[in-house]
Amino acid sequence: MKTENHELVAAYFIWKREIIRFLRSKSRIAGSLGMPLFFLAIFGMGLEGALRSSSLGGSYLDFITPGILAMVLMTASVFSGAIVIMDRQFGFLKETLVAPVRRSSIVIGKSLGGATTAVFQGLLILFFAAILGAGVHPSSWLMLLLLMFLISASFVSFGIAVASVMEDMHGFQLVMNFFIMPLFFLSGALFPLSSAPEPIRIASYLDPLTYAVEALRHLAIGKSSMGFGLCLAVIAAFFLLSTSAAIHLFERIES
Amino acid sequence: MGYAIEARCLTKKFGDLTAVDSVSLSVREGEIFGLLGPNGAGKTTLISMLVTMRKPTSGSATVAGFDVVKNPGDVRRSIGIVFQDPSLDEELTASENLELHAAMYGIPGQQREARIKEVAKMVELSGRLSDQVKTFSGGMRRRLEIARGLMHFPKVLFLDEPTLGLDPQTRAHIWDYVRKLREKNGITVVLTTHYLDEADLVCDRIAIIDQGKIVAQGKPAELKGKLSADRVTIHCRFPARLKRAVWGQDGILKADVAGGRLELRVSDAGRKMPAIVSIANKAKVAIRSLEIRKASLDDVFLHYTGRSMRDEPASAKDSLRIRRRAWGRGR
Repeated sequence: MKTENHELVAAYFIWKREIIRFLRSKSRIAGSLGMPLFFLAIFGMGLEGALRSSSLGGSYLDFITPGILAMVLMTASVFSGAIVIMDRQFGFLKETLVAPVRRSSIVIGKSLGGATTAVFQGLLILFFAAILGAGVHPSSWLMLLLLMFLISASFVSFGIAVASVMEDMHGFQLVMNFFIMPLFFLSGALFPLSSAPEPIRIASYLDPLTYAVEALRHLAIGKSSMGFGLCLAVIAAFFLLSTSAAIHLFERIES
Repeated sequence: MGYAIEARCLTKKFGDLTAVDSVSLSVREGEIFGLLGPNGAGKTTLISMLVTMRKPTSGSATVAGFDVVKNPGDVRRSIGIVFQDPSLDEELTASENLELHAAMYGIPGQQREARIKEVAKMVELSGRLSDQVKTFSGGMRRRLEIARGLMHFPKVLFLDEPTLGLDPQTRAHIWDYVRKLREKNGITVVLTTHYLDEADLVCDRIAIIDQGKIVAQGKPAELKGKLSADRVTIHCRFPARLKRAVWGQDGILKADVAGGRLELRVSDAGRKMPAIVSIANKAKVAIRSLEIRKASLDDVFLHYTGRSMRDEPASAKDSLRIRRRAWGRGR
């Protein structure tokens, strides 16, 4: 009775759990979308006049919309990876750890589940951006969705990997402050990298989110300062790296 | 009848600390077997090796016929576990918790629904299946965990301190379910507890474990029988005089004067009492009151470990656990 099918079914139900939990926590959705909405509304509208510069090649709101989208995908994803810590604190983790399923199936289910909820939040933010007047006209919605999914799955895995080695929620706050915020600010989500000073530009090129932002710009507004192929390659590499790290570290958790 | 569990010289070391020290035990199929011991005795570590959560440092064990080191997957499919700490997803409903478990244990889709209803009925939670677990009381959560442990038709059910932090009435209820389970399904149950009276009531056989070693093993009645002594406390005017008078009588194993009373250890005290009373009358000692306590598992424990189990202070972690459960119940 033990087949690959069983692993798939298990992964599907782990995915389902993430979706159910997401849909039940309305406040979490509101909380996670509040900040990016402010960014969009205040930066997008407020700086519109001041930053009508030629280096953007369009409105500032258009420019930051893919950046804010990337931010939403990243924070939502890393947070749902962090569920592992909550599961550990509330005991549920044990139930999954002693089950006769591969740990990798659990990681994959969690990663897909977290990515699904992150993409959903991303679509909401795109919708709000469109209401504010951003020119979101993707050449292919399917491609955009797939890209959003890939970026999200990478960051959920990143969250799982970090959470697997953390004992409690405090350590996770630290990671959020020292990883997530720098990753976001260095990613060129808010300003064009071409006009940034050298050290910042170099740091940006080491930031995987930079490539996510540029790839999203490509697909969502049709303008980007980087080749789409390069961006996709870096994101794919980041996905493979974070997923294997997540599986490896999750497998090492001692129940 | 076969054995559900056989452990040979099972040992687990954490650095210098030997948590489980060369434990050998056999549990028959269909038996309710209790592991008894104070906090930190090694009960949970022993269980965690049997359920393949931890690898033994040395020794071997089979559970439901499978080796815990060589075939952990088969062991896991054959056992149900109720952990010491709560392990439900509170955001999910009872039935969602059970469904996820069924999926992870490979129960085919068309059987899941029926099985969920079945186990819910067993623990009398049928009416609450679609409620979120966070609305459940502590006792209901435990019952749901037991139901979950039974989902995949395990041959052996492990219950690690299933009644810790629950009120006495709920505890009695939980034990009722465990007994019924064995009667109806013939399932083997291994439980740990440090409530001695409960073990006495529920278990067919018990093993007393202290500092990682099994110090006694057998049926509760046998273990108590081996002590062959009940405690008799006599409050009287001249306990020392009474002691001299009864000492040397048949069946009096021990006599101590403490304050205004005489403490005796008497085998089969009920039958010896008339003789003791008449000796007291002859010696002109007026008995104010008289108390017989049949040997209990507490005495057995004291006998084998030299310590009373009730003296053990709850560890910080335990009191935290109890508080957390209490908190969970309140909401």
